[in-house]
Amino acid sequence: MISIRPLLAVAVAVLAALAVLLLNKRVKLRDAVSPVASIAMFAIVASMAPTVLAGGTVDLRLFEILPGIDFAFRVDALGMVFATVSSLLWIAASIYSIGYMRHLNEHAQTRFFACFATSLAAAAGGAFAANLFTLVIFYELLSLVTYPLVYHHEDEEGWAGSRKYLVYLMGASKSVLLAALALTYQIAGSLDFVPGGLLAGVNASAQLLTVVYFCYLFGFAKAAVMPMHAWLPAAMVAPTPVSALLHAVAVVKMGVFCVLRVVFHVFGVGLVGGLGLGIATAYVASFTILMASIYALTRDDLKARLAYSTVSQLSYVVLGAVLLSPVAMVGGIIHIAAHAFSKITLFFCAGSIYCASGKRNISDMAGIGRRLPWTMGAFFVGSLSMIGVPPAAGFISKWYLVLGSAEAGETPFLIVLLISSVLNAAYFLPVSYAAFFGTEAQESPPTVREIPMLTIPLVATAILSVAMGIFPDYFVALAERIVR
Amino acid sequence: MAVPLLSLIVFTPAVGAAALMFMRNDDVVRWTALGVTILDFALCIAMLSGFDTSTYGMQFTETRPWVPTLGITYALGIDGISALFVFLTALLGWICVLASWTAIDRKVKEFMVSLLAMQALMLGVFCALDLFLFYVFWEAMLIPMYVIIGVWGGDGRVYAAFKFFLYTLAGSLMFLIGVIVLYFHGGETFDIRTLMAQDLPFQVQSWLFFAFLIAFAVKVPMVPVHTWLPDAHVQAPTAGSIILAAVLLKMGAYGFLRFSLPMLPEATVHYSTLMLVLSAVAIVYGGLLALAQDDLKKLVAYSSISHMGLVTLGIFTLNLRGLEGGILQMFNHGVTTGALFLFVGLIYERTHTRSIADYGGLMKVAPVYTALLALFALSSMALPGTNSFVGELLVLSGAFAANLAVGAAAVLGALLGAAYLLGMYRKVALGPVSVGLRFKVRDVNAREMAAILPLAVFVLWVGLYPRPFLEIIDASVKHLLAQVHSRGGAQ
Repeated sequence: MISIRPLLAVAVAVLAALAVLLLNKRVKLRDAVSPVASIAMFAIVASMAPTVLAGGTVDLRLFEILPGIDFAFRVDALGMVFATVSSLLWIAASIYSIGYMRHLNEHAQTRFFACFATSLAAAAGGAFAANLFTLVIFYELLSLVTYPLVYHHEDEEGWAGSRKYLVYLMGASKSVLLAALALTYQIAGSLDFVPGGLLAGVNASAQLLTVVYFCYLFGFAKAAVMPMHAWLPAAMVAPTPVSALLHAVAVVKMGVFCVLRVVFHVFGVGLVGGLGLGIATAYVASFTILMASIYALTRDDLKARLAYSTVSQLSYVVLGAVLLSPVAMVGGIIHIAAHAFSKITLFFCAGSIYCASGKRNISDMAGIGRRLPWTMGAFFVGSLSMIGVPPAAGFISKWYLVLGSAEAGETPFLIVLLISSVLNAAYFLPVSYAAFFGTEAQESPPTVREIPMLTIPLVATAILSVAMGIFPDYFVALAERIVR
Repeated sequence: MAVPLLSLIVFTPAVGAAALMFMRNDDVVRWTALGVTILDFALCIAMLSGFDTSTYGMQFTETRPWVPTLGITYALGIDGISALFVFLTALLGWICVLASWTAIDRKVKEFMVSLLAMQALMLGVFCALDLFLFYVFWEAMLIPMYVIIGVWGGDGRVYAAFKFFLYTLAGSLMFLIGVIVLYFHGGETFDIRTLMAQDLPFQVQSWLFFAFLIAFAVKVPMVPVHTWLPDAHVQAPTAGSIILAAVLLKMGAYGFLRFSLPMLPEATVHYSTLMLVLSAVAIVYGGLLALAQDDLKKLVAYSSISHMGLVTLGIFTLNLRGLEGGILQMFNHGVTTGALFLFVGLIYERTHTRSIADYGGLMKVAPVYTALLALFALSSMALPGTNSFVGELLVLSGAFAANLAVGAAAVLGALLGAAYLLGMYRKVALGPVSVGLRFKVRDVNAREMAAILPLAVFVLWVGLYPRPFLEIIDASVKHLLAQVHSRGGAQ
């Protein structure tokens, strides 16, 4: 069906950003804008769900950019997964941000909220893009508007981290991604997403297609497939709500979303398998999963540990897709949602701990669970989901992934998944253990207590992670639509 | 043909320049110059609205005998390719006047006269259909440009103006020889349309190709004959830099399109690989040089070499995407680099320094200026959604079809572009406010905004909806390709 709603979803967030800028001086009104806009955006996205679940698409073709390239939106099941996750989590993140920014009395809050809203517009635009050209417009917009969020503190550390952030993301997109786009346009004469693959059946050599494929895989650096991962830990200099945005709501999700688009709708499952690219990518992803987990083990800064955990978890999504067995692909796709719900909980917790106690290092967090029971309880739930313990969401996606790799007959990757689960447990559980059973080195002041504006959103997302584990039908149904 | 529209477009600025000579008050001079250039721009819009995009033929043609014994006529006419540049020249005309409003504070009258004369001659180059007439406009352009750099330029203006003059004159000399050879081999005519239909022997084509190559390569400029450009840009006043970057550099590429490709098709096809390699060298070398600059103007100047390399690369891919991308990129480069020089000029007026090291935290001091600077810096690095990305994608796509290695080199140039432009922006706009910027910088005013906004509109318009622009050139480019490949053979 043709509808203006995809554009509307983008427009809501853009208007929210403009409203934030206009209400610069009227703090309370300004802060109310983001939650209202996030609810509106979620409603718009949700209103398209029935059509997509029924197997339809929502289309909006605006105009032709070049022959074979339109500026166009098409809401399909894959886009719906991404858009649902990001618009739903924006609601929690917008409330959490207000609590966080107010509690720490941060500077430049108007810029912060305006950029935050614009990045949601970029996420929605990317999710609904009908072709690579439209997608990269929003992809690059997302890189740009998150840049001020990453350098938010404007200190030495902030400038250095944000520089790395931009160098990696822009460097990858102005080199290999650009080459991949130009080559695709030259080979196929179009940049549209086609079910079954735009490049399926084109007249081009296998070598060239292989090069193009890897240009995409590493060009979409937001997917953080090693060696394009180093920007993600560097971006940890940002305020915690931004980390949540980066890791759960928009940025890295955009990365893996783009990779899935390439696998499913640019190359197509048949071509990826036929060229042997699936297995090659699976090895790269496996390496990333294991290496990043080992990095995470060695980090004492809680946010850094979470960052490496994200690098590892993103490659689950990639691995699931490139195993090319239907069950594994479903697992990869729903892991986008499972990881988002759990990881945002973990980041919210890290921010809540920091706001309440000023602590960043895990070694200082002994006994903090008694002061912050809700926060650390939610952290435990999030950890279980990351490890893949039922009934949390992570269990469902890992279950599909494990079944899928068995179905594909790829035992090595089955082992990788199991080892990485052990590693996940090894770097997450000690945090909860120390928080609840450790003893504080010195008595914390009574000011260390839950902050409602932070605790409510993080408990909500923790509940979401469990709820998705118990009722995964929505995301599974969408994923099966894509794979079918 | 009732109204000789092209003659009006070409001679309106010339008449305006003559009229300015009789004025005394500087403000009257400025407003008159602005009025004349806006009138000229309006005539251009009228021309475009009557332009037929479905044909490759020359339109709005005017022919009057001039020196009949030598076969010289006064012939004007435009096809899709020249129409785009007539429009660009007229657009930048009034922007240049606005950019010089306060920047030029001595000999205002003389400056505006030079500026208008320059505009008339540039428009003449793009409209001329007679080789002799073309040559007259082409050579005469040197004089006002020499004056603009040499009189209103910076401290090293005399050296820079002289270098500019010598380089271009040497190039023009080769062009003159080429024109004479063409005259005798092409049936003793200067009519460009007739010459395009001639079938010259390959030997003659080769010699002419290299004569033209030298002439046009200096203008583009291509490495290694680019060294006049940074000097000229750094010393020229803002309006001079804008004209240089936005229009004069296009003349070289336009020369290739108007003469080398259609008149020397066999040589063009034969030497196209050489041209692709030269272009790739310019892209990478220009990018590396830009990366090393501390002077804002030099940075933009060297980036021009890199970006013009992308233009010649597109042209000599000799396929539809490459050519259309190259021509669109000429337009984009005019808009974007013109704007960047304008921005450097605006900030120089306030701070009197162009060293990047002297800047920092400009965002906090002049937020509107820095936000708009971001738009043009991003456009220059070809961010998706801006004008240059469309051109770049087309050129690269054409380049990959022609030669994979050359395409890869062009991608490297794109990466370098992101590095020097984002690096420059970060140092100038972000970070703590530098000492020199604490009190003396004001943000853009309404007049400056009037010069900036139209360019900003074109950045986004071409970036998101390039179709009207491609439609203008489409028929002509397809015809040009047919000319090249029917006689020069397919690649």
